[in-house]
Amino acid sequence: MAIRQAEDRLPSWQAMDSGRLLLLVAAGMLVVAALARTAAAGSVVDLRTAIAFGSAIAIGELLRLGLPGGREAAPIATAAALAYALLIRVHQLQGPVTHVAALQVIAVTAVGMTVGAMPHIAAGRPAGVTGMATRLVAVACVAFAFRPVVGADVIRMRDHWWVAFAVMAVLVAAGWLVEATIGALIRADDLHARFSVALWDEMRLQLPLGAAAGVSAIMISFAAEVMGLAELVVFMGPLLVTQVAFRRYSGIRATYLQTVRALARVTEVGGYVESGHSRRVSRLAVAVGRELGLAETDLLDLQYAALMHDIGQLSLPDPIPGGATVLVSIQDQRRIAELGADVISQAGVLDRVAELVRCQSWPYRGHDPEPPVGSRIIRAANAFDDLVGGSTDRDRSAAALERLRLDTAVEYDPGVVEALTEVAAKRLASRLE
Amino acid sequence: MSRVSRAAWIYIGAVVIAAASVVAPRFSEHAMPKSWLPLVVLMLLFLICDSTPTPLAARQAAWSPSSSATLAAVVLLGPIGAALVGAVSLISLRPRILLAERVFNGAMYALAGYAAGWVYVGLGGHVGHPHPPDFPAIIVPFAAAAVAHVVVNQGLIWGVLQMTRYDTLGPGRIQLESSLPLLVASDLGYAGFGLVIAALWTVMWLFAAVLVLVPLFVARWAMGQFAEQQRAYAATMAALCQAVETKDFYTRGHSERVSRGSGLIARQIGMRADRTEAIMFAGMLHDVGKLGVPTKVLQKTGPLTEEEFAAIQLHPMRGLEIVREIGFLNEALAGIMHHHEKIDGTGYPMGLADDEIPEFARVIAVADAFDSMTSTRSYREARRMSEAIEELRKGAGSQFDPAMVEAFIAALHREGWRLPERAAPPADRQTVTAQDHDDPTAPLRVIESY
Repeated sequence: MAIRQAEDRLPSWQAMDSGRLLLLVAAGMLVVAALARTAAAGSVVDLRTAIAFGSAIAIGELLRLGLPGGREAAPIATAAALAYALLIRVHQLQGPVTHVAALQVIAVTAVGMTVGAMPHIAAGRPAGVTGMATRLVAVACVAFAFRPVVGADVIRMRDHWWVAFAVMAVLVAAGWLVEATIGALIRADDLHARFSVALWDEMRLQLPLGAAAGVSAIMISFAAEVMGLAELVVFMGPLLVTQVAFRRYSGIRATYLQTVRALARVTEVGGYVESGHSRRVSRLAVAVGRELGLAETDLLDLQYAALMHDIGQLSLPDPIPGGATVLVSIQDQRRIAELGADVISQAGVLDRVAELVRCQSWPYRGHDPEPPVGSRIIRAANAFDDLVGGSTDRDRSAAALERLRLDTAVEYDPGVVEALTEVAAKRLASRLE
Repeated sequence: MSRVSRAAWIYIGAVVIAAASVVAPRFSEHAMPKSWLPLVVLMLLFLICDSTPTPLAARQAAWSPSSSATLAAVVLLGPIGAALVGAVSLISLRPRILLAERVFNGAMYALAGYAAGWVYVGLGGHVGHPHPPDFPAIIVPFAAAAVAHVVVNQGLIWGVLQMTRYDTLGPGRIQLESSLPLLVASDLGYAGFGLVIAALWTVMWLFAAVLVLVPLFVARWAMGQFAEQQRAYAATMAALCQAVETKDFYTRGHSERVSRGSGLIARQIGMRADRTEAIMFAGMLHDVGKLGVPTKVLQKTGPLTEEEFAAIQLHPMRGLEIVREIGFLNEALAGIMHHHEKIDGTGYPMGLADDEIPEFARVIAVADAFDSMTSTRSYREARRMSEAIEELRKGAGSQFDPAMVEAFIAALHREGWRLPERAAPPADRQTVTAQDHDDPTAPLRVIESY
């Protein structure tokens, strides 16, 4: 279904979506090759270490966590898999471990991930195949790149630990970059976002966890020499704490958004605006903002502001008939915007959102200073929804867009109206399916 | 700890004397750490961690991952070394730190470090660089040391919090208590890095101490973000409730006071911290549904028609409709929906009686009525607290749950109540409600029409 939808979009998206297929195929081929080679060899080299790291990866995959924006990460699994890829020597076992082939690393990682994903599937949650494939490919890159360096015997741990450290740091950073790039490509495709913006967002959001997992991986591979496999237990503690902190963070973020969304509905329940208006405007505004290449933090502010853009109406003694602010006088629009911004800035933490709400009544041209792009988007999206409402009628939508276009001389930002037209066209297309 | 009471000073003094008397006699040549480099490095690590704590949502508490430095010192240097590393808290570079806090923290961390070291050595842990044959046996004494560190650290903090009174029951105190398990778990989890620093000392010298800073700061960042979001959440909720209250001049601050009153009762009857938090949010949002009642009905001076009364009776349902999608405890939703039910079954919207009424609703009903009576209304002055308490007692058993009434009165005596400021009538009569649906002493007048 998702793929069929993509075929109706612009040709450039088509290429992107086959990127996801390519990722899955590449990961699948890696796994098949890795398993086949391990099976052909007849035995796993250093079985105890393989089981220990495989279990750590499975636990990490089981404890996957959601990040803002519907992303997911498995820092414990990533750290364990990277550490296994970078492992040089485990103390209980004499001799180097580096003769463990990259393909065995991939096989152990794949098996660990699959085992860790089982409970998710059993509980009816998504298996997260794309995320796992992304992580697997990143780990494979690191494992393949590390082997020649070690093979060249550049590294002798005791004498030159910093050489080993530098090599590992570079490889881990490269692996992280691979993961972020694949994630951004897929995200850009799913959300119709620009790749450059998506990559920047991805890197910004994945940096803290990526750094923690990467540094932990390097420390694990060094510590194995002294601590043996017991280290995995010792490292599990700090990694778990980091993970819990992130889980709480994304949990409260989600609750926060739900709260704003729910309270934005007070205007609807109070009969001030048409039911569903706030939500439709916010969805439209975010789509337009994405079309215009806004970064994710700006999109979040935009979403909050769009949800609460009519909150100033609460201060009116009587609801505007139909709640359509586009039909009331300029003075009233201004007052509603001002009152709404005052309410929001009371919170003391949403000043940028308040600013967007305050400036939504400013015309695009002839106002000094110029309204911020978020406000221009809300202004256009609000007007569009006031004119079209929940209707999916093509003619009505076209008429509304025409009216907005005629007003671009003063009222609306032509760029925003252009993007809005794009978004509306895509919506109609996807509805027709 | 903004004002330090005498009792608190005595407590702090006791902790300092304990720390000094434990550490000082053992300060002989042979107990001193033999190598200075690990001591200096771990002190620096401690200082960095301690100087950049994450403020938690509760203003009184901050979390820092400094325990990993102390526990690394336990392994590398022994009890005295760990105590010295902990004492670095004396020169913490944290801004705006009181002298009393400094002294207390230094003594507390020194004691905790010494206790951890004592447990570690007592259970046969080897002081010095750990070597491969030490593993995995070393994990047992080390884990015990980590537990000892947490117990002494949190125990002494708990003591000082008992000594310093809070003047009000703010949401801060509740959040501090509810985040305690997380704090303890974090300290225990990060203790693992102490062993890692010690073990890696033979491989990468002091750089392990530098490397652990990366994951430590990432976690600190996430915890900081969490606290920030939590504060933002509470502040936004309060601001939006205020927006709802702008519809009626006289009910300003009502939501916040009902939230506070519900919290008082919840604590008095020994509710769990997370439920207390939830009931405070429910109290805050209990009247959100009033938005769905036409303004002209809320402000009507004469008796209400049956339709108008029905509109008012619907407001708890409207409130539920609004907040349903928030990821709240279901109990909080039930509290909002049923806060106008009466024990004798004559309330609205569903006419539940006795135990059928959810506990949250029985709590909120008492706080709601009390605040309504002690606030000024357009048709009467605010009642005195004693009168309002008398009214609550009168209604106990018919309107209110007697247990909740008694709990509230007891809590009022213990914690006190800040009455709303006397509201002068506003110049603009548009925002005045003539009848208050919450006021049990002046029930809404409805035109009898049959």
